[in-house]
Amino acid sequence: MAGRDLALTLPHPPTAHRGWWVPGALVLAVIALVLGGSASALLGAASHIQNPLALLGDAYLRRIIQFTLWQAALSTLLSLALAVPIARALHRRPAFPGRQLLLYCFSLAFILPAIVAIFGIVAVHGRSGWVNQLLEWAGLPAAWPLYGLPGILIAHVFFNMPLAARIFLQRLESIPPESWQLANQLGFTSRDCFRLIEWPVLRASLTTTGAMIFLLCATSFAVVLTLGGGPRATTLEVAIYQALRLDFDIPRAVALAVLQIVLTGGLSLVALRFHHLPATSAGIRRLVRRPDAGSGTVIMDMAALAVAVLLVVLPLASVVISGLQGPILVSLMDPALWRATTTSLAVAGSAGAGATAAGFLLLLTSRHLALRLKQGRAALALEFAGSGILVIPPFTLAAGLFLLLRAHAIAFDIALPAVALTNALAALPFVLRILSQPMREVAERYDRLSASLGLAGWNRLRFLELPLLRRPVGLALALSIALSFGDLGVIALFGSGDNPTLPMLLYQRLGAYQFRGAAVTALFLALLSLGLFAAIERGIGGRGPEKDR
Amino acid sequence: MTLPAAGTAALMLEDVRFSWGGWQVSFDLTVGPGGITAIIGPSGAGKSTLLALVAGFEQPASGSIRLGTLDLLPLSPARRPVTTLFQEHNLFPHLTVSANVAIGLAPNLKLSADQKRTVSEALAAVGLAGMEKRLPSALSGGQRQRVALARCLVRRRPLLLLDEPFNGLDPALRLHMLDLVAEISREHGLTVLMVSHEPQDALRIAVNTCFVAEGKVLLHGPTAALLARRDVPALGAYLGHEQGQHMPGQ
Repeated sequence: MAGRDLALTLPHPPTAHRGWWVPGALVLAVIALVLGGSASALLGAASHIQNPLALLGDAYLRRIIQFTLWQAALSTLLSLALAVPIARALHRRPAFPGRQLLLYCFSLAFILPAIVAIFGIVAVHGRSGWVNQLLEWAGLPAAWPLYGLPGILIAHVFFNMPLAARIFLQRLESIPPESWQLANQLGFTSRDCFRLIEWPVLRASLTTTGAMIFLLCATSFAVVLTLGGGPRATTLEVAIYQALRLDFDIPRAVALAVLQIVLTGGLSLVALRFHHLPATSAGIRRLVRRPDAGSGTVIMDMAALAVAVLLVVLPLASVVISGLQGPILVSLMDPALWRATTTSLAVAGSAGAGATAAGFLLLLTSRHLALRLKQGRAALALEFAGSGILVIPPFTLAAGLFLLLRAHAIAFDIALPAVALTNALAALPFVLRILSQPMREVAERYDRLSASLGLAGWNRLRFLELPLLRRPVGLALALSIALSFGDLGVIALFGSGDNPTLPMLLYQRLGAYQFRGAAVTALFLALLSLGLFAAIERGIGGRGPEKDR
Repeated sequence: MTLPAAGTAALMLEDVRFSWGGWQVSFDLTVGPGGITAIIGPSGAGKSTLLALVAGFEQPASGSIRLGTLDLLPLSPARRPVTTLFQEHNLFPHLTVSANVAIGLAPNLKLSADQKRTVSEALAAVGLAGMEKRLPSALSGGQRQRVALARCLVRRRPLLLLDEPFNGLDPALRLHMLDLVAEISREHGLTVLMVSHEPQDALRIAVNTCFVAEGKVLLHGPTAALLARRDVPALGAYLGHEQGQHMPGQ
């Protein structure tokens, strides 16, 4: 084969990736169109109001803003304050029975549809729930009423504490074993360990995680709608809903929405400052023997884990138990259930596919900017633009779209596509987060090899990107579909009630006090969304490619 | 336009300047045709940048890089008469051994019968016959680099660049791989540029060696004579001569 001449076509300059800006620009255009359309509809409507700022003097409005921030702050503090001792207990006790199960429940809490979790929380902490039954049996007075601030806090802790605890546990596991060996030699107490070893690694992620939880709680809709229980405990998002759907007070809704944008815009700018999440080592979990793993800390750890069980595991368990006790056959024969399932699958499927595709395309461009053009700032800006939904939260976005479409009298006709679009945008920040790092790694490792082999375009996508990214793409798709599948927010605004999604159907049934039927629906919805998540993640992610050394 | 046939044209770098951040290099070098040239020098001296410029992964600010009369600079990496064996990540972990070689012939993996035969021949040449269907994860580190070497072979480029490709292999295996490279270079008339930080590698297979330091080719000549020089402080510092150590292998 030596000496064989290679025929080459005319030389062309080494400018591969010529269309690098196209995918990102495409996604950016869609986002700008939707967010811009919604914002301009809101602002346009606001300009018709005599003096929108005068509404700020309204005592009702001031109370809503205060409550929105107050409940978010309390939820964040509670979640963090509980997550730290729970993460420590999990780290200190790497082998107690049920540890895996508890961690699994922690993962579930994040993807469980909000309305299902709320159902479980009511069943455990509600007026005739498990806790009160136990107190009554023991001859003690009943606990505080669930509806109002306590319910909101319990639900927000349910969703966010496990998330924080998992992040903190990861941080603790990243501590090198040598630190613990040293601590053993020096005879550290639990307090010393915390102050000198754990606190330094936790501190950075405490602010990041706290900012994220605060933002999530400040814009939470389903929890406040169902557990808020009246005008005393209403947040901006719910107030927008009430103004639009119950009072038909459009000027007020618009003023609230504008306020919401100002508020979350400001908050997300603050959160941006904390955006630099420390790299989490996904390495092998090293077993460490901590000096404080003896009997001295057993009571502390058991208390922390008992709180975790009470707040996270019991509501999950109650969903399963009440569901199994309900009229399963009758409920499953109900055609309304299957209609709602089909609707939900269609909405969530298109939202998830859209979010994953959009995230992938956006990252193709931002990766090119960051790695090949060394424009790190521009790349970051593009990825932040993809997370624009954090500035205009889903519900506010939907309110703008609602106004925009209502003007054309077609709001209810295109309700479901609008819901899918909003859900896709809401999932996009998660998709970006999951795909960003792996996509950059692929480019860093294989760009030169691909360039020397002439692997580009469709061939590169087929033989390089997609096979190597199967796992994160599977996770992104599974997560965005599961999140959209369980969404009760945007649909509440657009839905006419005739064609509900599955979470909407459950909400209607809970509202109509069909508790036993609702129990089956809740379990069905939970199993379906978890099953969907697992099936997609496994089906697409597979075992994933073996790591090239 | 056709490529110069293997072993017929020399690689010439003339006043090739490239800078990144505050750091800059400028290279003047002529090697070949044919034969193995080792590139040694301290880390950060610009050894890998030299290879990246020849391969087309980096574009110089000025100067020229030619193979015989063929100007390489306007060519994209895939069109240059060059093939590279990287230090790591040479293989696509999800593709079989034969697909990893085949992708060097056709990026869409659609091969003619002729090309399929070429792939098998190349795998046999590096001693991997019968392993076509395996995945890289089922191979040892040395076997993986042989697959990559087989891909370099099927690409039939007159210039082979090796960027510390045998780091991390056991000593015996490393020697074996070096000998394999020497044999392939001889048989196919390839001009080989090999970056290494082990002077023994150069001594074993490279007729000529160039010493790169601070972004320049400071010395270039027959390997043994170059390594024996005592009059160049940078070389002495790199090889550890001041400490009065003896060069292993000398």
